[in-house]
Amino acid sequence: MTADPAALELRGITKRFGAVVANDGVDFDLRRGEVHALLGENGAGKSTLMSILYGLYTPTEGEILVNGEPVRIGSPSDAIALGIGMVHQHFMLVPVMTVTENIVLGNEPAHAAGVLDLREASNRVRELSDRYGLAVDPGAVIEDTTVGMQQRVEILRALYRGAQILVLDEPTAVLTAQEVADLFRVLRTLRESGTSIIFITHKLNEVLEIADRVTVLRRGKRVDTVPIEGQTEQTLARMMVGRDVLLDLDKTPAKPAEPVLRVRDLDVRDDRDLEAVRGVSFEVRGGEIVALAGVDGNGQQELVDAIAGLREPESGSITIDGVEIAGRGVRAATDAGVAHIAQDRHQRGLILPFTLAENLALREYRSPELSRHGWLNVRAIKERAKRLLAEYDVRGGEADAPASSLSGGNQQKVVVAREIEADPKLLIAHQPTRGLDVGAIEFVHKRLLAERDEGRGILLVSLESEEVRSMADRILVIFDGRIAGELPPTASEEEIGILMTGGGTSEAA
Amino acid sequence: MTDPEVVDPVAAEDITTPAARLASYIRGGGVVVPLLTALIAFFIAGLVVLVTGHNPLTTYNAIFNGTGLNWLFPWTSGADRTAAALNLQQTLIATTPLILVGLAVAFAFRAGLFNIGGQGQYTVGAIVAVYFGSKFGGMPHVLHIVLVLVLACIGGAIWAGIAGLLKATTGANEVISTIMLNWIAIWTGVWLFGLGGPLQNPDTPSVPISSDVTQSAKLPVFWGNPQLQGLHIGLFISLATVVAFWFLLNRSTTGYEVRAVGFNPEAARYSGMSVARNYVRVMAYCGVFAGLAGGLDILGWQFRIATNDVLTSDIGFLGIAVALLGRNTASGTVAAALLFGALKSGTSQRNLDPSIFDPSLATNLTLIIQGLIVLIVSTDVIALRLLRHARGLRRGRAAPPPAPEEAPT
Repeated sequence: MTADPAALELRGITKRFGAVVANDGVDFDLRRGEVHALLGENGAGKSTLMSILYGLYTPTEGEILVNGEPVRIGSPSDAIALGIGMVHQHFMLVPVMTVTENIVLGNEPAHAAGVLDLREASNRVRELSDRYGLAVDPGAVIEDTTVGMQQRVEILRALYRGAQILVLDEPTAVLTAQEVADLFRVLRTLRESGTSIIFITHKLNEVLEIADRVTVLRRGKRVDTVPIEGQTEQTLARMMVGRDVLLDLDKTPAKPAEPVLRVRDLDVRDDRDLEAVRGVSFEVRGGEIVALAGVDGNGQQELVDAIAGLREPESGSITIDGVEIAGRGVRAATDAGVAHIAQDRHQRGLILPFTLAENLALREYRSPELSRHGWLNVRAIKERAKRLLAEYDVRGGEADAPASSLSGGNQQKVVVAREIEADPKLLIAHQPTRGLDVGAIEFVHKRLLAERDEGRGILLVSLESEEVRSMADRILVIFDGRIAGELPPTASEEEIGILMTGGGTSEAA
Repeated sequence: MTDPEVVDPVAAEDITTPAARLASYIRGGGVVVPLLTALIAFFIAGLVVLVTGHNPLTTYNAIFNGTGLNWLFPWTSGADRTAAALNLQQTLIATTPLILVGLAVAFAFRAGLFNIGGQGQYTVGAIVAVYFGSKFGGMPHVLHIVLVLVLACIGGAIWAGIAGLLKATTGANEVISTIMLNWIAIWTGVWLFGLGGPLQNPDTPSVPISSDVTQSAKLPVFWGNPQLQGLHIGLFISLATVVAFWFLLNRSTTGYEVRAVGFNPEAARYSGMSVARNYVRVMAYCGVFAGLAGGLDILGWQFRIATNDVLTSDIGFLGIAVALLGRNTASGTVAAALLFGALKSGTSQRNLDPSIFDPSLATNLTLIIQGLIVLIVSTDVIALRLLRHARGLRRGRAAPPPAPEEAPT
């Protein structure tokens, strides 16, 4: 024990849920005025640990010390009273209220007669905002502000309530690159003023950029706590995953064959009947990965839906090996050889209460191997599932476990297995690594490259320019429903960025 | 906390439909929750009995004996046993159609639909059955029965299919359309068999009633006296349908699609299934179940329809309670149907000793219990809470204070 106790100390925290051990004897300490990153794969126990700190869960074992004093945190209000503030990934703000109204929500200042007094609060909000460079307008209505602003309002709310310890849960997941830079600037200001910050993430570069120390969790246990000096992405990834991870893919040059997919003059409308895809033409050859890069909401979803048969285009043609599939439905697209790793595995890719076997059969349950005369061959479905689960290294569940019981990475492996197993000519991979951790991303990327080398055409739709540049053989940039240009994978981030934002004329939202 | 992968199970499952929600409840509570639900309902109803100045325990005992379930006890003998046999036959006669209308609701529920139209589908099945059952008197016995039952199923299927078709084509909410179809079926029945109606019995022009089913279409009675409303073989048809329901749901591609659409229509569509066509198909199957229930009642023991029967029947609505309490599973539906069938016959005026509980009040007691069960099932959070609390107390003796959350899966 030093003379100056840590701002926060967790000792031997264990949390069991039935047979599952989410945290196993985790030690953690936070010094005053440091940014301490909490790094780990999805399911490593970061969230559980922070839920315990914020009073949402009661630990099975272990103790919590704030400023050297043992404390009991039974609810979020206990945590707030101890100066612990939490900024959730999904903001807890009322959209129709102003910044100030949101910040005072829960302990509204009032005159004697119960009349709300917001002027005083508004002044304090402005003062706090100025002090930490948050640039928040107390009078702005939340729904009119950007995501980055809303996050700063959340930070401000924690500070307003007297937070000395700030927990940020995956704060950069929803931000643009510029907003991330702004956030880091704010965090540095806060650190200088003595606020202690816990920064939860699974992004290695962010840890290196902002953190003073990092604690790595793996499968509920603390691997190590180390100062950031001397660490690299490679060393952090190894601690996190427990083995060496290929951060750079060894990609052989593509050997493109004949075009598999041809899209000609395609127009597609969105759900609001607005033009989402305007006169798009391109092709994907067998044995190459074409990346469709773009800011979210520029027509990618509608384009993918049209190719997958989920949406009828206004006009234009989509052919797979010469077979027209535009507007013919999902089955026609599937039969022609389209497989589709959907963007949202919970909404589209999987039926979560279904077993893994049932999920793996979703594409092919009508094939003669899996059903006959309308009756399922349950044994064949299960045997096939067992084989695929082994082949694709899906962990955490047997063939008859519900899909909901798997971690995100393993769920995605199930989707990937099913779609590749359909032996497609064209594989659409729409944000295939969204929300996955390093190990699972590596798996998906390797698998996509392997399928490319098998001669399949792959259309990779991604918002991450890093993924686009490392995976693609050709890059198509989509902006406002049109193909803004084609670039080689050697293009710089700036070149892609300029095309993605319409030649730099409109601002990235 | 918001790792998309390790949040609490309910949020993580992105529960999109009632069926998915139900699936998580079933995993959460198993068979205990419906039992607890029924117990809570009986307990509150017992309080009601107490308020009326009667003894709940003797009342429940009398109701139990009225169901004839005491026939199962070997020590019931002599005259008691004879009476118990008669009562049990009545209980099972009531259970037979309840199982089927329960399936009609359950099947829809598994596809994410609410079939409130069991009453109408049952009524259509009964009308079709009484019409064709009173014709073709010369037909061979088995053939006539099969023909009438098949037609009753088709009648129910078409009736329910209308609601499915409306939902598939116009998006009309099936709750509203099935309720409306109920009234159309009921008043069509009243018109058909009413005074001067086209299907009124021509031999009794002053009585609003249908013609009788001919002997060749009546279901054989296998237990008890056919003259005294013995137990007909419809019970076996009903139980066989439960087996068929299970296979259809769990072993057929149809059932696979039904469950897929029920849990997550978006993922089903993405897999190439036609969600709209599925709605029509699911409702048609529901109509088959409910229509069959109507057919069995007509051929089994009613043999005719009076307009009054059409107006006062509440079996379709009981079916909702049966499916809810039975958790929309095959076996659960049988158990719940038996409970409601027993309640119905156990509280009938014929059985209950007025000195224990006024039979006219007892029928209302049944309604109270039914209502309570529906209420508690639909807010089965209560039962789950109690259960969780009990578990917490048990664990609390050994371990530190229990967390209210379930394990992340």
